Formats: sequence, structure tokens, C-alpha cells
Amino acid sequence: MTTTLPAYDEVVARYEPVIGLETHVELGTNTKMWCGCPTDFGGEPNTRVCPVCLGLPGSLPVANKAAIEATIRIGLALNCSIAQWCRFARKNYFYPDMPKNFQISQYDEPLCFEGYLDVEVNGETVRIGIERVHLEEDTGKTLHVGGATGRIHGATESLVDYNRAGIPLVEIVTKPIPGTGALAPEVARAYVTELRDVLRSLGVSDVRMEEGSLRCDVNTSLNLPGAEWGTRTETKNVNSLRSVERAVRSEMLRQASVLDAGGRITQETRHFHEDTGDTTPGRSKETATDYRYFPEPDLVPIAPDPAWVAELKAALPELPRLHRRRLQEAWGLSDLDMQSVLNAGAVELIEATVAAGATPAAARKWWLGELSRRANETGVELADVGATPAQVAELQGLVDAGKLNDKLARTVLEGVVAGEGTPTEIMTNRNLEVVSDTGALTAAVDEAIAANPGIADKIRSGKVAAAGALVGAVMKTTRGQADAKTVRELILARLGA
Amino acid sequence: MTDLTKLTAVEIAGLVASGETSAVEVTQAHLDRIAAVDGRVNAFLHVDTEGALAAAREVDTRRAAGAELGPLAGVPVAVKDVLTTKGVPTTVGSKILEGWRPPYDSTIVQRLRAAGTVMLGKTNMDEFAMGSSTEYSAYGPSRNPWDTDRIPGGSGGGSAAALAAYEAPLAIGSDTGGSIRQPGAVTGTVGAKPTYGGTSRYGLVAFSSSLDTPGPCARTVLDAALLHEAIGGHDPRDSTSIAAPVPDVVAAAKLGATGDLTGVRLGIVTEFGGEGAEPGVMAAFNEAVDTLTKLGAEIVEISCPNFGYALPAYYLIAPSECSSNLARFDGVRFGLRVGDDGNRSLEEVMSLTREAGFGPEVKRRIMIGTYALSSGYYDAYYGQAQKVRTLITRDFTAAFERVDALISPTTPFVAFPLGARTSDPYQMYLADLFTIPTNLYGGPGISVPCGLADGLPVGLQVMAPTMADDRMYRVAAALESAVGTLTPPVL
Ligand SMILES: [Zn+2]
Repeated sequence: MTTTLPAYDEVVARYEPVIGLETHVELGTNTKMWCGCPTDFGGEPNTRVCPVCLGLPGSLPVANKAAIEATIRIGLALNCSIAQWCRFARKNYFYPDMPKNFQISQYDEPLCFEGYLDVEVNGETVRIGIERVHLEEDTGKTLHVGGATGRIHGATESLVDYNRAGIPLVEIVTKPIPGTGALAPEVARAYVTELRDVLRSLGVSDVRMEEGSLRCDVNTSLNLPGAEWGTRTETKNVNSLRSVERAVRSEMLRQASVLDAGGRITQETRHFHEDTGDTTPGRSKETATDYRYFPEPDLVPIAPDPAWVAELKAALPELPRLHRRRLQEAWGLSDLDMQSVLNAGAVELIEATVAAGATPAAARKWWLGELSRRANETGVELADVGATPAQVAELQGLVDAGKLNDKLARTVLEGVVAGEGTPTEIMTNRNLEVVSDTGALTAAVDEAIAANPGIADKIRSGKVAAAGALVGAVMKTTRGQADAKTVRELILARLGA
Repeated sequence: MTDLTKLTAVEIAGLVASGETSAVEVTQAHLDRIAAVDGRVNAFLHVDTEGALAAAREVDTRRAAGAELGPLAGVPVAVKDVLTTKGVPTTVGSKILEGWRPPYDSTIVQRLRAAGTVMLGKTNMDEFAMGSSTEYSAYGPSRNPWDTDRIPGGSGGGSAAALAAYEAPLAIGSDTGGSIRQPGAVTGTVGAKPTYGGTSRYGLVAFSSSLDTPGPCARTVLDAALLHEAIGGHDPRDSTSIAAPVPDVVAAAKLGATGDLTGVRLGIVTEFGGEGAEPGVMAAFNEAVDTLTKLGAEIVEISCPNFGYALPAYYLIAPSECSSNLARFDGVRFGLRVGDDGNRSLEEVMSLTREAGFGPEVKRRIMIGTYALSSGYYDAYYGQAQKVRTLITRDFTAAFERVDALISPTTPFVAFPLGARTSDPYQMYLADLFTIPTNLYGGPGISVPCGLADGLPVGLQVMAPTMADDRMYRVAAALESAVGTLTPPVL
């Protein structure tokens, strides 16, 4: 089905979007939510399982206190109220990757509720309402073998890996977000980015979207200005920050084209496709499953001691937004400069580089310059580019000590990224250190003067600018390892200029 | 030579401890008895001959090595097939788990092993503990040793029948609405439902999580108390388990056995009077009330106005929880799988498996529960039933401000003939009329033989406040001291 989509500008001129986000975060606890099985990623299928997380008859769940604590900390960081008393609930539906054919979740009594998260979009602060933060268990993973699509239809066999079953999962649900207009896709992305940073600062999850430890569902609807909110769709399978933005945009365009044609939006789940940037329909919610929620009778209610909650609140780390503001001040950056640091995902890298001894300016220069360029070229995140903050600081140290000039330092950095060792090792092994022995330099300078008598005469007659040509010649014979400023001084001294 | 199968658990443990007999001899005597009579009783779904003899040998070895033995070491025990037993088939009386050998022991079974008891095997039950006669077992009904044309009660009829047929001196049951007490009553044995949370549910295949309570079955009150003590107490693997010591039920049973109930106030529930109970049952009960009075107890009548709503509330709560608990039986990971011919979809295989694996009563309750929990009906059914539960709890709390314990007939009727109530589910449900309120409240209850009606046993129920299980043992032991244990006709 191919239809011509309207232009984005036209869409936002005619319709108002309302978005909402549901984010699932796998907590980084050592053990699963209801049993003592380890949660580490990547084990052989069905090796991190026991009677409890396999849902064997007779087994019972026991709540993981560390997971409850992490959820409360998330709630506190998102300015939520913490329930004084709440219960888990069973969400009943049949699916083979759910060992018990019900998921232990929370229904009308979430652990955390009514909060907000401030995010910045184009220098403006947007307050995103948080409806609830609740704790539940993850499901296993089903692998459909033999079909062309990897989907259940057409598969000859379905294999289930229960290693993930029972890993604590926190669901964070925003309130509907109206009024963002054309910025809706960016607001969605900014929210997930900020949320990810908050979760990372809390140390509750490794928040890796590509490994599925942070998963996002995006709700989108359009309405005419002043009219009631439209029917929303829920887009799943949104697995990167960029995709969050693209998914909202693509769904806005699709819905507009349906509405423009006089159609109506079906309330449904849609799947986002990274390759095309499109969404396609999943199961329709109009024949919605009745989950038959009821309080989980195998667990006792959670009643967090207010004193404990207060302790957790007092011990929260500085939240990323405040932390960034403090760094911006300390680094003396304008809003614009700070924005480029943020856009490059370089805040923590620069911070660590500064902590390792570099000046903020130097750290920023390397991360936003050479290393950002390489990251873009190779299509990796800046943090995964191959250099560590400690190495960058060491490199700058060599420059500051006069052992490397800018060009040599870039060469050394290439070696670092290529994994050849530390900057000092690379400098030594590749013999890249600046030639500072003036005896050797003087010889090279004399050689250059002798080889370029015409230029030498110009300099003698006062045309100092001509010295550049001789400097170039000296740099060439020293393979760039001389300090250009020193060379220039030597030439001028030699020619009495 | 003493017939080892006719002895109480206390007597057997004494003989084993003194070396007058060995655990192996005791076990073999019971295995022989099972071989001789179980064809007529059908109490056992699985007899673990090898495992039992191995466990017995271990007790004998430990005794020979001078190790200190617990008060039940060497005593055989039959375990209701609702509890998981590592490597030993566990069917819950259902076809859907036929052949399943759990990879783990339930907490109760672990504690039985730790206590040095010898597990003889797994006993018959109504499928998933849903029933009052064992006629809903997928493996055929058990029969009452008093009259093998009659039911032994249910759901734990297999455990009660095994006691009455002298196939085991001790047994484990589970009580969701009366499944320990009602079989105890109709077989003339003792059955105790501990306080909810007083015994661990870990490894008890769930029927209704908020009601299920494993507990002891025996032929004497003291034996039941000893078994209760061995299996009870906090279990960190069950979140609903109570983190407090087991009330001293053994001391209470011994105190009661002195036959003195001076200063004990007992309440008779007005709402249970006359309604539904057979005249013979009421006669035996009233006679027992006279006996209790003679033992020094003060008897008062107490109104518990909400008890009349207990049965309907129970038949919403239990099926609701069961509809969710039984969802995991889908043929994917364990047990029966039907229709997996490579052409059918997952949904079809799940449906066919459940269609073939569950019996009619289980299906009925799954459907009732699914309906009661469904969106739009939740408040009217499940929600309303939970409110009734709160009211019933209030009735109990108010009653226990005036009396130490409540007493009633355990069940309205004596053992009925096989087939008499299977055509009308409601007639079957009435068997638990007097036992269900206790489950909704979460307190303990015990059934103790109080006499005969038309030659069949009648049980008296003692209900106590939560975590006051000791009180009911005292009253039951006192009555037992006056009435005596009932001896079934020789099979
Ligand atoms: Zn596990």
C-alpha cells in the first residue's frame, strides 16, 4: 500500500498532535524479580531459569526488594508521589513466552504516580507529565523458526527462551502530551533521551535500547484545532532515540493522509520499521484483550516505610539536567555551545576527560572535533568510537608538554582509535615525538636556506612573511616532527631578520 | 506380633526410637497393607515403594549411628497429590499433569523428609482440589473404608481414606474450602486446616491462592498436632507465609487430652443451626456439645450474620483465582500436549490440550472465574465477594471477643453414596457449607470424630482465631478423650 503522504509543514498547520510515551526499562538488579536467578544478558537459552521463573506448578513469587527500591528511586527522580500501600496485579493473557500465562504487573495501584520530567527542546523547557511508574516482570523471548518473516505466521517451529522471563521491568507512562505542534517528534525524542540519562544517573539500568533494556512505545493522535483529541495508535518496536522521533513523525504523516481522505483512525498497535521508517498495523485494539486484572494473591502488598523513602530521596544523585547546568557554568560554555556538546552525546565524555586532567576547552575540542567526525564516519556512538576520556586527557598532556604538535597529536589519536595502545606508547613506537633538539633543527634550517637562496634573500631584506616557505621545507625534512614556531624563530635568527 | 499399621504415629515413632522395630519394617507393613486393600479403596495414585524403603533405611542407619531422631522419625506418611515431589509423579488428580515429575520438592515435603518421616506415595484427590468426594479425580474415585460404596469426602479423600484404611498413620492434605476437614469428618479421622500462612504453599499446586492451606491428617489429635508442628512455620519462599513460630499445638493437644476444658468458652453459630444438616449429624453434634459441657466448657450461642453469604462469595473468589492459576497448563512446558501435529497453530494446540486435559468441574470453575473477573463484571462479582470476605472476617473477630473458639458440625451430611451428588454441582458444594467461612477468614479449623450417625462417622469442627491453632487442638483432644477414636470396620 503506497499513498502519497502530505508535507509535514502542511500537516502541522492543519492538525494538532497529541503524543504519549510508555517506556519499559529492564532493571539492572543482580537477580530476577521473583526468584534468585541471575539477570545477566547473553546466556545460553534457558540456562537462567528455575521453577519460579518457569512458572512450574506450585512455584511462588517472592518480590525482589532491590527492584522495589530502584522503582521508588525512579519515581522520586521523576518527581512522583510514592504509594504508601499498593499491590501487584495479575494481567491475564495467553502467550507462550509468558510462563504462567499471566504477567505479574501493577494495575490501579502503581508504586509511583503523578510526577513530571522537564526536558529541553530548542532551548525551551517542556514539562512532561508522568502518569505512573510501576513494576512488573519481563516475558521470555519467542523465536519463530522456518517462516520467511520471523513472525509467528508461516513459522514451522516456535522456540522459547525463558532467560529473560521474570527480569524486573519498570513501566513509565507519560500523561498525554498536547500542544507541542510541529515539535512533537523532537519532544518525544528529548523526553526519551532525558529519561535515559536520568535512569543512567540513578544506576538502575544499563538503558541500552539496542539490547532492549530500554524499550519505547509511542502513542500518537491528531485532531483539528479546538476539536477533541483524535483516536490514538500505539507504535511498538521503537528501538533507538532517532526512531522515536521518526516514528512520531511518520505516524503523524500517515494519520493526516488517512484523515485528509475522509477516513478514520483505527485504534491499534502498529510496528515501526527501522529500515523504511514506516509503521505497519499490528493487532487491533478494538477487539481488545480483556486482561482480567485482579490483585496478585501470591504476594503481599508493598508498604514502603516513609522514612526509607525519605532516605532514598535524600540520597538521589544530582539529576542530569541540573548536573548539565552546573557543568555548563564550570566549562564556561554558551547555551549554543552546550547544545552542540549535548547533541554530540559528549557531556559525560568531556566530564571524564576533564576529570582525567585536560582543560574543558581541550576536552571539548577533541570530542566534538576529531572524534565526533570519526564516530559519524563509522556510524558509531561517540562513546564507542575507540578512545577513552583517559586517553584523550593523556594525549592533550603530551601536546601541552610540547611533545606533540597538533598534527602529530591527530596521528597519535588515529593510532589510539585503531587500538595500538596509549598515546605515549604510540608516540614512542611510531617515533612521532616533536624534534626539539636545536642542533638537529639548525642543520635542517641551514639546509633549507642553502636550498632556497632567493627566499632567504627576501627574508634578509625584511620580508619576514616569506619565512613560511622555509618553515614548510624544514617541516618536510623533519617529517612534521619539528615545532613550527621554533623552526620559524631559528630561521629568522639565522637570517638576522 | 503387633500390627504396625494399627498404631498411632506416636506409638510407631516410639518403637522405632527404642529399636523395638525398624523404620523399614514399619514401612514394609504399610506397603503390604496398601497392596492388600488399595485395590478396593483407591487412596493412592502413586506408591513410591523404592523411595519409601530408601527413606526408612536412612532413618534406621541414623538411629544405628546414634543420631537423635525427631518425634516422627520412621513414621510413614501419605501425601496428597497436590504437593510437588521431586522426581515422583505429581498429577493433582488431573490428566493434564499425567506423567509430570516435578524437578523440585514442595516445602511441606522437604520438611517431612527433614523430620525423618517416610513418604509412602501420593494420594487421590478431586482434580485440582475442586470437589468434595474425589469423584472429580481423573483417576477414579477413592472409596470410604466405612462403606466402599460411599465417598471418602474431598478433595483430599485419598489422604483420609488411606488413614481410615490403615494404609498410613499420617497424611497431608490441603484445605481450600474444607478439603481436609470434610474428608476427615466422613472417614472418622482427624483433619486440621492451619491458619492461612501457617503452613507453606511453596510447591502446593495452586487452586485458589488466597485460600489454599496445606495441613495435617491423622487418626488422633496428638498425631495431627505433631505433624502440624513438623510441617508448619515460616517459609521465605512463600510471601504469604507468616513470620512467627508455630503455635504450640502439641502441648495444647496434650493439655486437651487431660479432658479438662474448665474456663474454655465455646460458641455455637446460630446461622448454622438446623440449616441443611442431616438429623443424624445434628444429633451426634448435640451429643458432643453435651460432652464438651461435661468437660467444663461453657457453651454460648453466637450470631455470625454474614456466614450465610460465605458459600456464594467462595464460589466467586476460588474460581476467579483458579481461572488465572490454571492458565499455565497449556501444553507448552510440561504435562499433556494434544494436537501438536505440525499443522496446528499454537492457539489450537493450547485449546486442544486444555479441552482434553481438564475435567468438567475444573472447566466449570475456570469459566465461572473468567466471567467473574472480566471487565465490567469484576466489581459486581469478584469485588463484591471480597467485601463479603471482609464482613465474614468481622463476624469471626467479633465472635472471638466473646468466645475462645467456635464449634459446628464439620459437614452437613455423612458420607454419601458414590454418584449421589455429581449431577448437581450445588448439592456437592453444600458439603463445605460449614467449613468455607474459616477459609475466607484465614483462621484455623479442625475436624475431630464426635460420633456415628447410621453407622457412619460424624465430625465436629473447632474454629479458632488466626494463629491460635493451639486452641482448637486443645478442644479437639478433649473431645477425643471423651468420645474415643472411631474404628472403621475391617476391610
Ligand atoms: Zn528463576
